[in-house]
Amino acid sequence: MQIVRTLLTRLATTIITLLGAAIIVFVVIRVVPGNPIAMMLPPGATDADIARLEALYGLDKSIFEQFLIWIANVLQGDFGTSITTRQPVFDLVIGRLPATLELSVMALLIAIVVGGSAALTATLYRGTKVEGGIDVAGGVALSLPDFLWGLALILVLGVLWPLFHISGRVSPSLGFEFNTDFYLIEALVRFRFDVVLDLLGHMFLPALALAIPLAAIILQLLKQSLKECMHDDYITLARTKGYSETSIITRDALPNAILPTLTLVGVQFTFLIGGTVIIERLFSYEGLGNMAIDAVINRDLPLIQGIVLVFALLFTLVNLLVDMTYAALNPRLRHA
Amino acid sequence: MSYLTTKDLTVRLRNGAPLLRKVSLAVKSGEVRALVGESGAGKSMIGKAVLGILPRAAKLTGGEILLDGEDLLTLPPKQRRAKIGAKVALIPQDPLTALNPSRRVGPQITDRLVDILGWKRKEAEDRAVELLDEVHIQSPERVMRSYPHELSGGMRQRILIASAFAAEPKLIIADEPTTALDVTVQKQILKLIREMQERHDTALLFVTHDLGVVSKISQSLTVLYAGKVIEETDVRTFFAAPKHAYSRALLAATPKYTDPDGSLMPVPDSIISEVEQEVAAFDAQLKR
Repeated sequence: MQIVRTLLTRLATTIITLLGAAIIVFVVIRVVPGNPIAMMLPPGATDADIARLEALYGLDKSIFEQFLIWIANVLQGDFGTSITTRQPVFDLVIGRLPATLELSVMALLIAIVVGGSAALTATLYRGTKVEGGIDVAGGVALSLPDFLWGLALILVLGVLWPLFHISGRVSPSLGFEFNTDFYLIEALVRFRFDVVLDLLGHMFLPALALAIPLAAIILQLLKQSLKECMHDDYITLARTKGYSETSIITRDALPNAILPTLTLVGVQFTFLIGGTVIIERLFSYEGLGNMAIDAVINRDLPLIQGIVLVFALLFTLVNLLVDMTYAALNPRLRHA
Repeated sequence: MSYLTTKDLTVRLRNGAPLLRKVSLAVKSGEVRALVGESGAGKSMIGKAVLGILPRAAKLTGGEILLDGEDLLTLPPKQRRAKIGAKVALIPQDPLTALNPSRRVGPQITDRLVDILGWKRKEAEDRAVELLDEVHIQSPERVMRSYPHELSGGMRQRILIASAFAAEPKLIIADEPTTALDVTVQKQILKLIREMQERHDTALLFVTHDLGVVSKISQSLTVLYAGKVIEETDVRTFFAAPKHAYSRALLAATPKYTDPDGSLMPVPDSIISEVEQEVAAFDAQLKR
């Protein structure tokens, strides 16, 4: 019963959040200078032409009216038509979303594995040079933003030492026909490991660029919590039972130390999704973020709105997921 | 034949300050020995040194720890850990923090049996039920499925006692096991430890600052001051006529249950300075 109530509350707050995001974006992109109509028409178009097109897209009405019309349509599942491509916004966004999801989740996995194992290693060797080295590496990782890591990775692992692809999502030369937009999952399900390898080769560098700062955050926070746990009495008791330091850290300390880290990773993951916008551009990765930049450049108002709405939805879903995982992992909350 | 013997056990802080000054003591098989002293006297430190759980700031700098005739300190770390895990157990001070909050109680009793001693899980679980029954816990199966936060402090201390006896250790170190509990529960827990110790014929090193407890549980005792053994004797002799002036003052300072209104008598300064001088002389003698 409790879980149903929690979910309903979360659903209500999600709707409010989405509405807030929609209003802000709607107003902001109409207030800033720049006119989509001017972008569409060839030079020398008359004022009458402009007025006709504005009327066609409803841009002659007040912002408030425009918003009501848009919201009414969205509620019926109609997100409008892209001004630049003349395709339904919904189809465009849904077509690109899987690419961004695969990239973000891959980046998250890399961050958790790298940051987590670094934290465990540093805890095992706490007070030694190993911990010092890991701390320094973490500091460096955190001091650069993801897009600079992207550039560095392109230079080193793409150009100097071309181990990975630096552009696109899949090699066209493979000639593989995808039936869905979840390329990686589809290739895995169809056991086409050559395609999987190619996809991973494309995805690795952008995912790594996104993952490096997050891995450093996970490292610092998890290490801190682990080291605090290592002073707890149940750890001492486990030592007297004959357990090795490694198994004490992973079995006794980790489950207790992971909770504060989990909350932060949730918040940071939403930043990571935000980071895909620039990273996808940098690696010409055909995702939602890359499309967002094009939409902004072209003042494609309906498309921008659609993309932002999807991003906002993603953020709230991630937060919901984190809260549920937290409750599942913490026995003190499970029965509350 | 004593089961645990320490010879000239010396523990120092990393900066060199002594915590234990050449402590030699012996605990016979099946015997209950109390370790008494004020806080900071190093009584818990002895137990920690034996169990290999000294805090990082402290370091064992000399002496021997013989367990069943074998010097623990000469063993490689892995073997030492395994030997301690199999032969010695700890009843910790604070039952509220000594159980892992994110694990169920059952596995915390059976883990040593399964992981270190190689029992089958089912056997270990049967054993745990048996032990919980011995420490008077109702419906042991349900308790084993519980998380620590669902149980009271007294319950948790019973569980920790059961867990300590699980592998039939030859020696149990109880580090002020009743200090964190409220007075009504203290008595029951003390009685329970005594009962379990007798039934399993385990040697018990009972660390406490409470001389009132000593007479109830132990046959012999060692008095510590500033990490140095001040007096070592059996309980009857001690309570009849403590030899050392400090022991006499300590005994006089213990509140009497028979006279709850009597004024508290602290250990007099003159005696403190006397024993301090003795410790200083001992240190000087060591340096020479």
